[in-house]
Formats: sequence, structure tokens, C-alpha cells
Amino acid sequence: MAQSSGEITDSDVLTDLVTDWSADKEIFKIHWGKAMMWIFLVSDTFIFTSFLTGYMKVRISSTIPWPNASEIFALSFGGEPIPLILIAIMTFILISSSGTMALAVNYGYRKDRNKTALLMFATAAFGVMFVSMQAFEWTKLIVEEGVRPWANPFGAPQFGACFFMITGFHGAHVTGGVIYLSYVAIGVLNGRYEKKGYDIVEIAGLYWHFVDLVWVFIFAFFYLW
Amino acid sequence: MAHVALADKGQELSHPKTWVGMYVWSQDHKVIGIQYIITAIAVGLIALVLSALMRLQLGFPGVFTLIQPNEYYQAVTMHGMIMIIFMLTAFFLGGFGNILIPLMVGARDMAFPYMNMLSYWVYLLSVLVLCASFFVPEGPTGAGWTLYPPQAITEGTAGSDWGIICMTVALGLFVIAFTMGGLNYVTTAFQARTRGMSLMRVPLSVWGIVMATILGLLAFPALLVSVVMMTLDKTLNTSFFIPAISSFGESTGQEGGSPILFQHLFWFFGHPEVYIVALPAFGIVSDLISTHARKNIFGYRMMVWALVAIGGLSFIVWAHHMYVSGMNPYFGFFFATTTLIIAVPTAIKVYNWILTLWEGNIHLTVPMLFAIGFIFTFIHGGITGLFLGNVVVDVPLSDTYFVVGHFHMVMGVSPFLVLFGGIYHWYPKLTGRLLNDTMGKIHFWVTFLGTYAIYLPMHYIGILGVPRRYYAMGTTEFLPDSVATVNASITIAALIVGTVQLLFIVNIVWSLFKGKQAGSNPWRATTLEWQTPDTPPKHGNWGPELPIVYRWAYSYSVPGAKEDYIPQNEVPSENSKHEEST
Repeated sequence: MAQSSGEITDSDVLTDLVTDWSADKEIFKIHWGKAMMWIFLVSDTFIFTSFLTGYMKVRISSTIPWPNASEIFALSFGGEPIPLILIAIMTFILISSSGTMALAVNYGYRKDRNKTALLMFATAAFGVMFVSMQAFEWTKLIVEEGVRPWANPFGAPQFGACFFMITGFHGAHVTGGVIYLSYVAIGVLNGRYEKKGYDIVEIAGLYWHFVDLVWVFIFAFFYLW
Repeated sequence: MAHVALADKGQELSHPKTWVGMYVWSQDHKVIGIQYIITAIAVGLIALVLSALMRLQLGFPGVFTLIQPNEYYQAVTMHGMIMIIFMLTAFFLGGFGNILIPLMVGARDMAFPYMNMLSYWVYLLSVLVLCASFFVPEGPTGAGWTLYPPQAITEGTAGSDWGIICMTVALGLFVIAFTMGGLNYVTTAFQARTRGMSLMRVPLSVWGIVMATILGLLAFPALLVSVVMMTLDKTLNTSFFIPAISSFGESTGQEGGSPILFQHLFWFFGHPEVYIVALPAFGIVSDLISTHARKNIFGYRMMVWALVAIGGLSFIVWAHHMYVSGMNPYFGFFFATTTLIIAVPTAIKVYNWILTLWEGNIHLTVPMLFAIGFIFTFIHGGITGLFLGNVVVDVPLSDTYFVVGHFHMVMGVSPFLVLFGGIYHWYPKLTGRLLNDTMGKIHFWVTFLGTYAIYLPMHYIGILGVPRRYYAMGTTEFLPDSVATVNASITIAALIVGTVQLLFIVNIVWSLFKGKQAGSNPWRATTLEWQTPDTPPKHGNWGPELPIVYRWAYSYSVPGAKEDYIPQNEVPSENSKHEEST
């Protein structure tokens, strides 16, 4: 990257791009683990894209009407159903966890081990809360509403299939992320990364933000459509 | 924090002391590559035997009572799936990718050796799950290698219970294994090159393997998703792919699914998969031809851009496998156009190989024979591809032996020839001994001529209208009797070619002990893997210092130079005016 002072013009950016790609040793001036995580996330994006595309295709070609999301995903408080309330809280929690994660990355590069670990544990705790609420939602749908992967009382049977498959796959990503973050956080506390540097916090953060971003799409396609 | 490139920092490598640590749970990229290769060859031999069973039935219907319709379809399915995914993909990317990338770009190992090791063991697990399907009730799935639903999971198809589940689980595991390996290959080639090794100095083998890996990382997700959905349809009775059907008079309880969705997902993976197998072959064959013709590769940059272009285009051609699926005809128009456009970069590559050979100092060594053989089979397979890319030609030829002949020529035989050529070429580096020349030449000529004896007649009987995937034709009005004779001759040729592959295995084992000593650079090649201080290279590859690269990989027969090749890491002398800088 050119260390140009002052304004950065378009031609600077283009020159930098060409310089980076034609350089020896490495293309991206970043930790190799971070490069690997980015490539993995692109690949993972294709997984979720395939899932969501499959879901859209199944939904638009279904001859039986699709269940109404705002009725199914509603919780009653004092006899009054509030649509999408649970999912709103879950989304809020997950987005907040991205905030604590970003702070953790910042403190990581400042080598403030205690604060980094604390913020990472907070992020993981948000993740656990999210997964627990998802478990609650699944239980409600399965036990009380009678939704099954192969059938449901509201309409197209593919509703349950797509819902459990895709939110389940995402929930597995969150669970994996919680384990990953906790592992890294313990390492930060123990000083495992003193020598190697704290890029690992940012790399774990990248994964976590990705899981968040995917949720935004799942939220939009399942609950708002 | 200041960022230090991997090439400057030096990589921490684990140095196990025990035999098990060095050769079984090894994190050394070369050992992992060899593990991949041995497993792939083993599973490939199973697929070879299966193809022999199929040919026996087709050539001499009813003679071998061992092969009943179910067994025949199981053999078809397993042969296809094993050869394409568990053999060719694993061999080129897991085998050659592991061995060549770090050596050719001047790295000590892959970027993440531990994950690389895991990749192999998960791959082995997936192979074991796949092989387990031979022993489950009803045997492996007989759905055809494309596994189209609904028949893949509907009662009446062989292996529609346990067989298909073993298959989907094995594929899922393979995707996981490939992703762990693939992240390593791309990251190593992008981020761990040595000093002086710019992307435009990287040998084409690495370009081919890396482009194929990128395709894999973007295409395998679609396969993963389709097998997950298929498994759910099978086990939980969901209906992603299953429309309302009744099986043996009873409704399955599923309705509203879309079988075409599976085909789209499958071929979104399946077409790039063709290039996942082909691009490494393109890359490796470029290096073989350049080295053994003692001439620089013609149009290096165009070769690189052609690889990139083919890779990109391969993602927007998938539905040319689906012209007869009932898809909207306008889609056919789009996909036919993109399919034919792909011929342009491919033709650039073929012309460049031929122009590299033009007036070259051609040494007809065994690797070179295989490389030249590849050009022949690839041109033939590629040209029939142009036939099939056109909707109007494809519709009558769809599901005939013409298609079988086409894809075996272009992605069956062609990559295999390169794979053999690659083994003959790099075996000396991995073992220190050359493979036996006589056995190699017999292997080549029988395989190469046998290829034509097998697949050319298939095009002919395909045009006559013999459908593929038929257990037996019986008597028909539209087929002449000669079709049966042709089928018998194909079978005999296939058995001979199959047998000769055993000679190749014998050669590998025999040469390990009795082969001629190769020295460190028997082909007098320029690329870095031949310049290692030890042969075979030790763990860490380069001794105390990483090599420094001064030129591209194709400095052959440079006028005024002492030798007819200049290694990439040879320090340029003061008065050398012949140096080109690329």
C-alpha cells in the first residue's frame, strides 16, 4: 500500500491494487490467517446463498399457500399477540454482540488482555442467549404449534423443512462461533498470543460478524417476507 | 502492528521424531500429498473394476449372470462418483496440489499444516463411508452419478435406503475435507510465496491448481446444500425435491417439491467440477510440454488469463446439462451461448500448447508422450463438446452414448493422461528414482490407443441412437446388429486398457526399489521444486534459506546461456544480456 499523504485519488487506489497483485511474497498485506478466513467466508457465503435460493425456489413454486410469518412468529403477552417480538429481541442481541466483538478487536490490538477476554466472553454470552432463544422458538413451534419438517397445520409443508434446516444451520454456526470465541478468549487470558500477536481476535471477529450478517438475510427472508 | 510476510518471518513447523508422527499423522505437505495419492489410486482401482463389470454386461449381455440390473446401475453410479470426485478431484488438488504448491512457490509448507493434515483424514473418512455402502443392506445407490431425485430416494431404485445415505454423507464429508485443504492451497499460493516469486512468475501448474481450488470453494457449497436437502428428504420425509408421487400405489406423503431444483443445485456444482478436474490438468500439461520440448511456454500471460476466464465462465454454463429437463427454452439459448464462449479461452490454450511444441527440441520421454496424448484426446473431447453445447444438436443426442463418449474423452481420459504424465514427471523428485521407461511406454501406447478403441465407437453408436444407462438393449428395430459387435469390441479394448493400468502400479512399486537413480533434476527443469537441496526434499524443503527467484519458470533454450535451461533461482551474472524479465 502506498503511504500517500493527504488525499487518495482513484488512480492511487488502482496503482495500489496493481502493485499488490504483482508483488512477490503475498498479495494481501495481512496476516495469512486473516486471508484464509476471508476466503472461507466467501465459500460459506455460497453455502447460505444456495440454501436461501433453494428456499425461495421452493416457496415460489409451492401450490399450497405459505404460512403467514407474522402470525406464526408471534408471542402473546397478557393475551395480546405481538408479532415478531421474539425475533426482534434475538436480532437485537446478535447485532449487539457484533458491537462487543468490535470492541474486543480494538482492545486486542492494544494488548489489553483482560478487557479483550472480557468483551469476547460477553460476545459469546450474547451468542449463547441467541441460541437459547432459538431453542425456545423451536420448542414452541414444535410442541405448541405442531410444526414438523414434513408438515405443519398452517400451509405448505416446505415451511417447516426450510425453517428448521436454514435456522438450524445458522444456529450451528453461532454455536461453533461461541466455542471458537471462548477458546480464543481463554488463550488471550493465558497470554497464548503474546508472541504471535492478536490478529487471532480479529480473525475470530470476522467469523462472528459474518454469522451476524447472514442472520440479517435469514431474518429478512423468513420473517419479513 | 507491523505486518511481516510469511516468506520473511519463517514458519514454525512441527518436527515429530516418531515414525507415526512423520508418516501417519504427518503435517508435512509432501507426505499428505502422497497419502492423498495412494488413497485416490486405491479407490480409483475400485472404480476401474466397476467399469469392467459394466463393460462385461454391455459387451456380452446376459453372459455374466453375476451382473443383474441392480448391480449394473450400482456399478454405473459408483464408478462415476468415485472417478470424478474421490479419484480425480482428490488426486489433482489433494495430491498434486499438496506436493507442488509449496515446492513451486518456494514455501516451507502449507500455510496451515495442521488443517492440511485434518483435510486428508476427513477425506479418508469420506472414502471409507463411501466404501461402506458396498456392505450395507441392498448395497450402494444405483441412482446414476447425478443422483437425480425422486428416483434416487424412491423405493425401487437400488440402494434407495442405506446406499443413498452413505453417498450423501460421504459427499458431505468430502466437501468438508476439500474446504480445509482448499483454503490451504489458495492461501499458500497467494500469501506464502518466496522472495521474487510474483504471480506472473508462478508456474502454470500452480495457476491451474489454484484456479481449480477457487472454483471448488465456490462450487462445492451447492453440492453440500443439495445433499443436505436430499438427506432430509430421505430421512425426515421433507419434500424439497419430491413432488406428489405414489410409490407402489401408496403416496409417500410428500408433495410440492421440485426435482428441477436439485438439478440446478447439482449442476451449479457439477459444471465447475468439470473444470476443477480440467484446470489442474491444463496447468500441469503446460509445464510438461514446456520442459520436455525445451522451449518456453507460448503466451504465458494468455495461458493464465485463459485459466481465469474459463474458471469464471464455468459458473454460468451449468444448465447446458439440463436442456431436456423441461426448463424454459430461453434459458437454453443463454446457456448455449455461454457454453460456446468457453471454447474461446480453451482454444487459446490448445493453440498455445501446439505453438510451444512448434520447432521445439521435443524429447519423447514418457511424461511428454502423455502430454501430447492429452492434446489429442482433449481436442477430440472438446470438439464433441461444441456439438453438445448447441441445444438443437444436444436434444437428439442427449442420454446417448455420444454423451458418454464425449465426457469420457474430455474429462475422463484427458485428465488421467495428464495425471499419469505428472506422476512420471515428478516421481523422481519424490522418491529419487526414475520410473521404468519401457513399462511407461507400454503403459502409454496401450492406454492412448485403447482410449480411441473404446470411445470413438461410442460416438458412433450414440449417433445411431443407443441410449446410455440401459442395462441391456434387447432387440430393437432402429439399431443394426453391428451395434452388438461394436459393444463387444469396446469391452475387449476396455479390459485390455484396464489391465495395463496394473503395469503402471507394478512400475511404481518396482521402481521404488529398482529404478534408476534420478539425481536432483533429471529433466533439467527450471522450476523451484527441482532445485531443492535434498532429493526427496526434507521436511521444510529448503534448508536454512528460502530460495530467491529471479525469473519466470520457462527460461529454456535461452540464446547465449551456458545450459539450455536457467533455474528460477539462479543468480543472474553481471554480463548476462540474455536475461529476460517477466
